[in-house]
Amino acid sequence: MSRIQPIQTGSRQTGPSPTAESGEVLLEATDLARHFDVSRPWLNRVLERAEKLTLKAVDGVSFTIRRGETVALVGESGCGKSTVARLIVGLYGLTRGRLIFDGQDISDLARRSGRQSAAIRQRFQMIFQDPYASLNPLWRVGTIIGEPLRFFRPEMSGADRRRRVGELLEQVGMSPADALRYPHEFSGGQRQRISIARALANEPEFMVCDEPTSALDVSVQAQILNLMKDLQQQYGLTYLFISHDMAVVKHMADRIAVMYLGRIAEIAPADQLFATPHHPYSRMLLAAVPSLEGEGRERTMIEGEVPNPVHPPSGCAFHPRCPYAEARCRAEVPLMIARSDGSEVACHAVEEGRIGS
Amino acid sequence: MSSTPSSGEHNAAAVAGHEPGAAGQKPVLSVRQLRVEFPTRHATLVALDDISFDIAPGEVLGVVGESGAGKSMIGNAVIQLLEPPGHIAGGEVHLSGRRIDDLAEEDFVPLRGRHIGMIFQDPLTSLNPLFSIGDQLIETLRTHLPIGEKQARERALALLTEVGIPAPETRLDSYPHQFSGGMRQRVVIALALAAEPELIIADEPTTALDVSVQAQILALLKRVCAERGAAVMLVTHDMGVIAETADRVAVMYAGRLIEIGPVNEVIRHPQHPYTVGLMASIPGLAKRRERLYQIEGAMPRLAAIPTGCAFNPRCPHAAERCRTERPELLPVGGSRAACWLHDPENPLPRRDTLDTRQGEPALDSPGETAR
Repeated sequence: MSRIQPIQTGSRQTGPSPTAESGEVLLEATDLARHFDVSRPWLNRVLERAEKLTLKAVDGVSFTIRRGETVALVGESGCGKSTVARLIVGLYGLTRGRLIFDGQDISDLARRSGRQSAAIRQRFQMIFQDPYASLNPLWRVGTIIGEPLRFFRPEMSGADRRRRVGELLEQVGMSPADALRYPHEFSGGQRQRISIARALANEPEFMVCDEPTSALDVSVQAQILNLMKDLQQQYGLTYLFISHDMAVVKHMADRIAVMYLGRIAEIAPADQLFATPHHPYSRMLLAAVPSLEGEGRERTMIEGEVPNPVHPPSGCAFHPRCPYAEARCRAEVPLMIARSDGSEVACHAVEEGRIGS
Repeated sequence: MSSTPSSGEHNAAAVAGHEPGAAGQKPVLSVRQLRVEFPTRHATLVALDDISFDIAPGEVLGVVGESGAGKSMIGNAVIQLLEPPGHIAGGEVHLSGRRIDDLAEEDFVPLRGRHIGMIFQDPLTSLNPLFSIGDQLIETLRTHLPIGEKQARERALALLTEVGIPAPETRLDSYPHQFSGGMRQRVVIALALAAEPELIIADEPTTALDVSVQAQILALLKRVCAERGAAVMLVTHDMGVIAETADRVAVMYAGRLIEIGPVNEVIRHPQHPYTVGLMASIPGLAKRRERLYQIEGAMPRLAAIPTGCAFNPRCPHAAERCRTERPELLPVGGSRAACWLHDPENPLPRRDTLDTRQGEPALDSPGETAR
């Protein structure tokens, strides 16, 4: 791989990561919350006596990611999974909570400028969903991929940078000559490869992937998912993988966190979650996935839709749609409780043993 | 609304032959050698090339393919909503025995909505934001059917009830923005069904919806069409949706129909190398594989479709014949595939250098997910 000396020496190793199973925590998120003010403008509020409205996009999310691991966040639209991604990379500031990355507190990352936090920022990168919107159409591909190098390694010479860009393009299965072309000359899958090359430029340890294949066709999706797995093996990358597609998540993730209305309903190892989901929402989500193997299987319907997050239901947010809901579920927010099988579930019914596991 | 049995076992009899017409029913929609061209300054692009299929009453035909394969183009050609300069350059389209592809625009207008219903991907853009749901339904009903305001209102209420909108009397005066995505799509379905059309063209009806709502909408679409005996053309890129909803499936590649057959056949025993690769590249819920099967390369652009079989540059079995001679749809197993591997006289030898068997979706471990 690259001949360039990483700036953070000692913090990352090349080649397959020996620490993938050792359980060293790379990212620790504690009680993350992000609230958005969605009130009408001040004058309207005064004239119309309207209340202040707060959208709690993420409200008390805690999880850890170990080095070399892939953790997936799944959930339906509006559950807050993309907001979590943006909180972690510092695109949004935290309303509440704490983020520890490799022992360093990065909770105030969003308030620090890029240069102040360069040492930490270049260690993680983000890949966005829409490869049409995330590449500057006026820049050549080489400029796009070289941008993080120019920012974080201003001492690097132009020739070195061009060589590095060529290497990166080859790593993602493209040709170094593509550096001279513009994004519009490429298909969606190739653009996503360019996004990945840009993310890899500074040899990050941790990648936040927000629906990286949702805009792609299945055959192209297979190419990108395979590439991401290869890169993970090669460089010992750690992924936070966000998707709404259960099959993709199952393919990629070691552990899966199911989110519902700004909170995590259940975290479990991937195989465990698919074999025995505990939370009623996880069960319904899995049962609702259209499946090629679905013949003879009754597709269970989730009644109703995700409620408006500005006015979330009291207690457990899932209770209006939950067949097991009781008085306690309507009144009390359930806490995450660890179970003996390695999963953590936030559900009163599971805790009380009302749902068999 | 409860769940429906998945896939179309019960329709197996109707589709025992390769054409549903074999069961004695007259097809609702019959498309023959349809060709759609887009003349441009440099060349004439062929967006649809030699497409033929039938849909029987009460049958759901899934049309699947990747972006640019021309799957939406079929629906647009049938309902004559092709974007100019695109036009039908050949072939015939028959609706309930009547030829409709050569009708002038003013003769075609009465067909839309009355005989052919459309459901589009984005429910927000197919509803008028300035009129209440009730107004839109009543207008549609009164345009197509000779009924009065009061009757139309009653029909509208009945339709909303049927598509599962709670408390329809109060929702009739609501505007589209007051509905959630799933509820809007229910309204769009109610609008499409209003005049009891024989054919419904649903273009990616659930792509904009979450999985839990998607399940509800697909079950609804299937139920109401089965009850009315309407034929459905379901255009989607999602094989899972096809597997659960369609009776037969047509696979598109580069503007051509490359495989068509009963949904179980095509999904379990795909015959065209492209379909085989496509099925193997979908991550499965049943079995975890380290790597997904990859079809190398990308679909050709319309301006550069290779001669012979359009798939030949990406095909592991490709031989000289594939590069020169274009295969017809050839019967194989329960379906038909456009591939020289299945030539009855002179089948092309398989080159099993690639291990597609291992890469195929696991089909033998059902029910491992939630009970």
